[in-house]
Amino acid sequence: MLLTGAEIVMECLIREGVEVMFGYPGGAILPVYDAMTKYPQLRHVLVRHEQGAAHMADGYARATGKVGVAIATSGPGATNLVTGIGTAMLDSSPIVCITGQVTRGAIGSDAFQEIDITGITLPITKHNYLVNDTRELAYIIREAFHIARTGRPGPVLVDIPKDVQNEKVEFEYPEGPIRLPGYRPPSAADDDQLAAALELIKQAKKPIILAGHGILMSGASNELRELSERAQIPVTLTLLGKGAMPENHPLCVGMMGMHGAAACNYAIQEADLLIALGMRFDDRVTGNLKTYSPNSRKIHVDIDPSEINKNVKVDVGIAGDVRTVMGQLLTKLPAKQHAEWIARIRDWQEDGDERDILHYESEGKLYGAQVINDLWKYTGGDAVTVSDVGQHQMLEAQYYPHQRPATMLTSGGLGTMGFGLPAAIGAKFGKPDEEVWAIVGDGGFQMTMAELATAMQEGVKVNIVILNNAFLGMVRQWQEFFYEERYQATPMFNPDFIKLAEAYGIPAMRVTRRDQIEESVRFARSHETTVLIEYVIEKEEIVYPMVPAGADLHNMLRRPKPGEKQS
Amino acid sequence: MIENNKQTVVALVENKPGVLNRVASLFRRRNFNVDSLTVGRTHKPYISRMTIVVDAARVDGRRIAANLFKLVNVIDVKLVSEEPYVSRDLALIKVRTDDADSRNAVTLICERYPARIVDIGTKVAIIEITAQEDIVEALINELEPIGIVEMVRTGVVAMGRGVRILDVDADYEPSIVSSQENGNYQAYSV
Repeated sequence: MLLTGAEIVMECLIREGVEVMFGYPGGAILPVYDAMTKYPQLRHVLVRHEQGAAHMADGYARATGKVGVAIATSGPGATNLVTGIGTAMLDSSPIVCITGQVTRGAIGSDAFQEIDITGITLPITKHNYLVNDTRELAYIIREAFHIARTGRPGPVLVDIPKDVQNEKVEFEYPEGPIRLPGYRPPSAADDDQLAAALELIKQAKKPIILAGHGILMSGASNELRELSERAQIPVTLTLLGKGAMPENHPLCVGMMGMHGAAACNYAIQEADLLIALGMRFDDRVTGNLKTYSPNSRKIHVDIDPSEINKNVKVDVGIAGDVRTVMGQLLTKLPAKQHAEWIARIRDWQEDGDERDILHYESEGKLYGAQVINDLWKYTGGDAVTVSDVGQHQMLEAQYYPHQRPATMLTSGGLGTMGFGLPAAIGAKFGKPDEEVWAIVGDGGFQMTMAELATAMQEGVKVNIVILNNAFLGMVRQWQEFFYEERYQATPMFNPDFIKLAEAYGIPAMRVTRRDQIEESVRFARSHETTVLIEYVIEKEEIVYPMVPAGADLHNMLRRPKPGEKQS
Repeated sequence: MIENNKQTVVALVENKPGVLNRVASLFRRRNFNVDSLTVGRTHKPYISRMTIVVDAARVDGRRIAANLFKLVNVIDVKLVSEEPYVSRDLALIKVRTDDADSRNAVTLICERYPARIVDIGTKVAIIEITAQEDIVEALINELEPIGIVEMVRTGVVAMGRGVRILDVDADYEPSIVSSQENGNYQAYSV
């Protein structure tokens, strides 16, 4: 069959099971857009900025576990993808970005809208391609999807010159195994490693599991629960690991790290065994590495061999698929009890509960924590939430417990403000039957709020929650603690978000009192379209606990108990 | 000995455009300090081989190997300095030989090294040496007082001793059609 390069792209996307592409047209990608007219089964979502396309593909991928697709033209279209690609890279999210490029003959001539996007994205993609030969195109797209979704997933970019898109070649879809001799993701642990890990688990008196994003990506939630229950090992979660273990499970202690539950951080510091599963000891999780969990032996399972011994030296490092390795461990794992240890953790948890802001008198103020807590209550704790980056993100992580995998999406590694709204739109395309809530701050929302138009044009429903404190709240918090309250460039002039929503035809509501929150959830559910709810919250709320950057994990700034003075 | 502080990583990579760039980008991004990096073709036209020498005090060779292995175009990686291995560095050293004394000195020095004079005139001589890196260093030190005016080194290449063969699977062929047809791997510089 004689097809153009652009048609081959479409044929390949269909064979990869792609349902939706997020993109923005332009000169060098026009042949691909023209080919779309012949393939109506592939839905295209027109974004307002290519960064939105990458985040939507990312949100779609995180919500579904499938590969998200973003399409952009050459030059500025491609560079606008960069932040979204970096976000996907740091959080191991499988996306494939297809960019147009100037014609092969013009490459290197600084042609109009020419940019070296494979060079630019080299360090922030898992792999990338510049297609030089149209006959290679089908192979490359097949490889791109394979690389994106297997092993440690990540973004792959395919840059296609315009004349390759136009050139007609004989197309036959490449069948059979993909030949990538240098690409061999590890899978299982060997017997020595398993024996060593089991021995450490048997000896441990104060073990704790650190469960990360890898649990979700490899679908190992059941294994995690079984391991934890059988050996009675408490579980702590990374930010991206939320949903790996039901948070109402008695053995789930909560989130660890900079704004994690104090009980988790104390437990990690005092433990005699860390079992790190599909997580990478990020600095936001460890605090000061020199004093991190000083008395523990450490088992680390991660699919990426370069993560083993990168930040934290471990006693047993296993490069493998976390689900496979946990399955291997479970065949030999004995039942154990750690009642004393679990009781000690429970004490820390109770102390944390006492300090909870929800126990504070509101005095007419509306706190972000209350908004999240009540959203959790009135949505039945079962929504898909997509947060942006900042205080509201940490409040979401603290006050919206999740029970199911892939229901809490956020930019953890790169911390990309502006992620929330477009990623929520992408997630909704992936999970149309679920209720999707974008929880954003007034700062991050304004970075990508142009995607409101995308939501309306495409008829996709997300419930947008803006926690508006008229500040870049997390930066302000750092300025309060570490820069003597010099609030340089953190107070925000904001538009009237209600009128802004109205301009797009989006139903909107402003909430200023806690007793309106239940009504606001009803309001969101009463509309078929995207809605926007602005919660005008206390301006100078602080997210506690907080491990200052580089401090010891147990040296948290804690919220005082009611009646206590701030130390 | 210099050798003790050095770790030597050997990587087999696909002979495709941009692969050296990917490796160099990795080192820069991860802040890996590299003493020397060489690359060249092997007896299989679609495979190139890199030898990377690092200072073990500054970076762990195993971390470099693990990160290199993640690159899709890197087929295999081995830390050859963990086991007995042979390593060679080649240098061309141009020294001032504008009097009889210096010419004699250069000749005598070269006799004590695996070195030879490949070009000599009334003003300068070029000495070629192929040897282990520390021997090359020693020769350079001896030539220094005579007057080195120009020098070039290839960087270290290395190979494990004995029958441990570092090679790709026998049935491996490049996946992409056109490269197979052309057989034109030489056209690509990695």
